[in-house]
Amino acid sequence: MKKDLISITDFSKEEYLRIMELAADFEANPNQELLKGKVVASLFFEPSTRTRLSFETAINRLGGRIVGFADPDSSSATKGETLHDTIKMVSNYADLIVMRHPLEGAARYAAEVSSVPIINAGDGANQHPTQTLLDMYSILKTQGTLDNLNLFMVGDLKFGRTVHSLLQAMSEFENPIFNFIAPESLQMPRGYKHHLEERGIRYFEHEEFTDIISEADIIYMTRVQKERFSDPIEYEKVKDVYILNKAMLENTKPNVRVLHPLPRVNEIATDVDSSEKAYYFEQALNGVFTREAIISHVMNLK
Amino acid sequence: MEKNDAKKKLKLKVSAIKDGTVIDHIPAKSLFEVISILGLDTIKNQITFGTNLESSKLGAKAIIKVSDKFFENDEINKIALIAPHAKLNIIRDYEVAEKKIVEIPEKITGIVKCFNPKCITNNEKITTSFKVINTSPVALKCKYCEKITAENQIKML
Repeated sequence: MKKDLISITDFSKEEYLRIMELAADFEANPNQELLKGKVVASLFFEPSTRTRLSFETAINRLGGRIVGFADPDSSSATKGETLHDTIKMVSNYADLIVMRHPLEGAARYAAEVSSVPIINAGDGANQHPTQTLLDMYSILKTQGTLDNLNLFMVGDLKFGRTVHSLLQAMSEFENPIFNFIAPESLQMPRGYKHHLEERGIRYFEHEEFTDIISEADIIYMTRVQKERFSDPIEYEKVKDVYILNKAMLENTKPNVRVLHPLPRVNEIATDVDSSEKAYYFEQALNGVFTREAIISHVMNLK
Repeated sequence: MEKNDAKKKLKLKVSAIKDGTVIDHIPAKSLFEVISILGLDTIKNQITFGTNLESSKLGAKAIIKVSDKFFENDEINKIALIAPHAKLNIIRDYEVAEKKIVEIPEKITGIVKCFNPKCITNNEKITTSFKVINTSPVALKCKYCEKITAENQIKML
């Protein structure tokens, strides 16, 4: 049976750890020609330069060749071809499909249609599992463990798919504590809090972004995305509320690291960049190793 | 007493099927959806139905009688979302041979529309599929977009 990666919950804790192990291996030795002679389709029905470049770098470092498109205007979707037909065709050509699509559930559907593995590089506001795995790898690298961590999530916790998936994944590990900092209109949805309650995991909710972060091991910042709001006035009200600056990190733990899925707008002041607690650019680099690991795992290359 | 007899007689006039299935306790407003879900509008069997009948439980109920038709559980459970209290009488040779109630299945395929407008199932020709994560009130988790359609958001396809 082929292996896909559509949702973070498709993988077990053992698989998370296997990906971490492989990512460390690729970090030590990024160029391994495991995809030599293979063709990978990179289908971006919605542009995402960062994710695409990260994937395409990973594929190149594995020695694979890439076909595909970087934005929907240059794809057959503009001619009205259905996702079904595009995937049917491409899965005949390629050995693996990496896809990003603006509609939620598109990747799960593609996995049903395709005869080759699908890696979801983001389906609307639903899932972006490779981001979650690179976040976990970044946490593991900076903290030395995925157990007993105090995770602060800040900003848009309502629509932010990265925090939702990270919450689901980290709740598989020992004794995490979650702290949610968000304005009332962007709080962590009920369903995810319920997920934690079912597992007896402690969480705390705050509206103020203050020195409570002194207890944090990880501060995961998110961007409040304009496109998620139907009401522009509501966006204006909350967009500048949670900004992290260097002074705020003064009394935090020495091991704390600031993560952000990028791109940032203004939610992390640029003076944080020079702090040793800033980790978001290294985090992005970890994405390449993690994606090499994910590709190797779904294709049984290692 | 007299009145009851009269009622019974009246009921008998319409309910006399030799073999088949009587589906009772359908909310009157859901009658035509039930007919459509079960595909009764396309079969050749003799069908009688009554609607806006008095019911202490449902206010107004409907009843459907289908001759020579015996439903599989999978088939009949499809109506559970809109007629959760429906009761089935299986009739053989004018007698009630068996009684059944409907049960909400663990999985719902087709029938229901995902409430999320950005779900792929609302944008391409795909059969919807949901996991029933709660039965009272009903909550359906879409297999594709993973969003939860709540009872008050349920729309039939």
